[in-house]
Amino acid sequence: MSLIVLAAGLGITVQDLGRPGFLAQGLSRGGAADPVALAEGAALLGQDAGLAAIELAAAPARFRLTAPARIALTGAPFRALLRDAGAETPLAWNASHALPAGAELALSPLAGGYGYLVPGGGIDAPLLLGARSAHLAAGIGAALAEGDSLALGPDPGTQAELRIAPLPRDSTAPIRVVASLQTALFPAAEIARFQRTAFRRDPRGNRMGLRLDQGDAPGFAPSGGLSVVSEIVQPGDIQITGDGTALVLLAECQTTGGYPRIATVLPCDLYRVAQAPPGAALRFRLVGQDEARAAMQAHASALAGLRSRITRRLREPSTMADLLSYNLIGGVVSATAEGSER
Amino acid sequence: MSEDYPRIAPTGVDGLVVSFAARLDEPANRAALALRAAIEAASWPEVQETAATLVSTYLRLDLLADPGPVLVRLRALVASRDWRAAALPAGRRLLRIPTCYAPAHAPDLDEAAALAGLSRGQAIEALACAPLRVLTIGFAPGQPYIGELGPEWDIPRLRALTPRVQPGALTLAIRQLVLFSVPSQTGWRQVGQTAARLFDPGAAQPFLLRTGDAVAFPPVSAERLAELARSPGGGVSVEALP
Repeated sequence: MSLIVLAAGLGITVQDLGRPGFLAQGLSRGGAADPVALAEGAALLGQDAGLAAIELAAAPARFRLTAPARIALTGAPFRALLRDAGAETPLAWNASHALPAGAELALSPLAGGYGYLVPGGGIDAPLLLGARSAHLAAGIGAALAEGDSLALGPDPGTQAELRIAPLPRDSTAPIRVVASLQTALFPAAEIARFQRTAFRRDPRGNRMGLRLDQGDAPGFAPSGGLSVVSEIVQPGDIQITGDGTALVLLAECQTTGGYPRIATVLPCDLYRVAQAPPGAALRFRLVGQDEARAAMQAHASALAGLRSRITRRLREPSTMADLLSYNLIGGVVSATAEGSER
Repeated sequence: MSEDYPRIAPTGVDGLVVSFAARLDEPANRAALALRAAIEAASWPEVQETAATLVSTYLRLDLLADPGPVLVRLRALVASRDWRAAALPAGRRLLRIPTCYAPAHAPDLDEAAALAGLSRGQAIEALACAPLRVLTIGFAPGQPYIGELGPEWDIPRLRALTPRVQPGALTLAIRQLVLFSVPSQTGWRQVGQTAARLFDPGAAQPFLLRTGDAVAFPPVSAERLAELARSPGGGVSVEALP
């Protein structure tokens, strides 16, 4: 069974949870920009969150299935249309669907951010250095292109027509950061100003990192100048570049950097930064190690409990305005029967 | 060197850094490599991975683990010996990487030589014969930082970035050489071109170089480089060091 790529815009890749463990060889972990979306897709399909999916970076794409298949659509909402036997049906986002053989799936971006098409059984791309993720900066894999045929793994389940209330992705709640290796090089007043600044996500950004627009505020600067010896950097690190602007490193960043880092985004908040659409407001709040660890624990619990956010699909989910609001009053529904609506 | 070092500091939620100096010096680099090897050998359960940079050792811990116990063990290990006096890692190799220094492949060599106070010929001889080793691997997969060249090569990076160097480009700044593994923008001066493939994700051994390896850049003509570029190994020879 395969998924055929009929059309693919820029930056559409196969992603899983990446390949940690190669820092000493200069290879960053990569993996999905929004790993929470992979976990949500996996929860909808009742499968392992480490299976590979298709990540769409605010570009349209069309696919065709060679056999009936289940899919989940998660992450930043896209407009999703199912074309089958001459009929066109909108598909709900943050939901699972059972699609017939030969069906065509058309996805087009809405507000921006990374959307995910998670197939039942995952994409069975070759394992390279322990993962299926494309890492374009490292020359591993390639962006998807028209004509590609992606093999799917064996689907572990049959249940579909579920929806999930996703974990929050709005960027209005402050992004929590902890001290980084060079935070102490910045005067306390600069660190306080960093936390007061109403940043906007600059349109310049990709899977390697994104720039923060600080408007008219002056650039940030460490006391001792910008010259620091090159050290290991990690996704989430906020570098202050030569002109004083801040750059948040993401999954596919370089592994070493010589710019001072003012702070590091908590891993459990990084997906919210990666998903902030261009122009979105971003604020940062420095927390201590204990609060950070508690937040990581809470996030791990939330991921482990994603199944409690799943409900049977409501009738007629096709109105796009409904996509971001969820009725959770019903709580958990253990939907054993196949849903009938699409 | 200074009483301030070695210095242990957290970075982010899951990182610990042991720094041996504020800037590159050879004993600090050896210290970082040796400490990393000792931590790997200790197999502490909280440690997910380690790396050594120019002058420091990095530990990535389990995100949900209490870092307290590992910090105690790390402090004891760091204090247990003079890491700056450590030997280079065992199992080192010498890699000879044929390098073309012809002007078309070394656009910044004349300028770099002039800044070092050398003629072009002297500069090529110096780069080809200098005793060099891989100080660290990083930034991009398999990409080595090599050193340390003599003090005459302490030349700054370019202010304007070179838009694109090709994989295998040999570049120079601040007494170090970088051999690029992927196409890249850079502020380093390109002083040569090799056919080395530093990273091949599908190969049994995806990474050509290891930290600590000795390297040499013997000169070849542009014609020979073109031949080597078509051969799988790029003409690189590997020899075990005693």
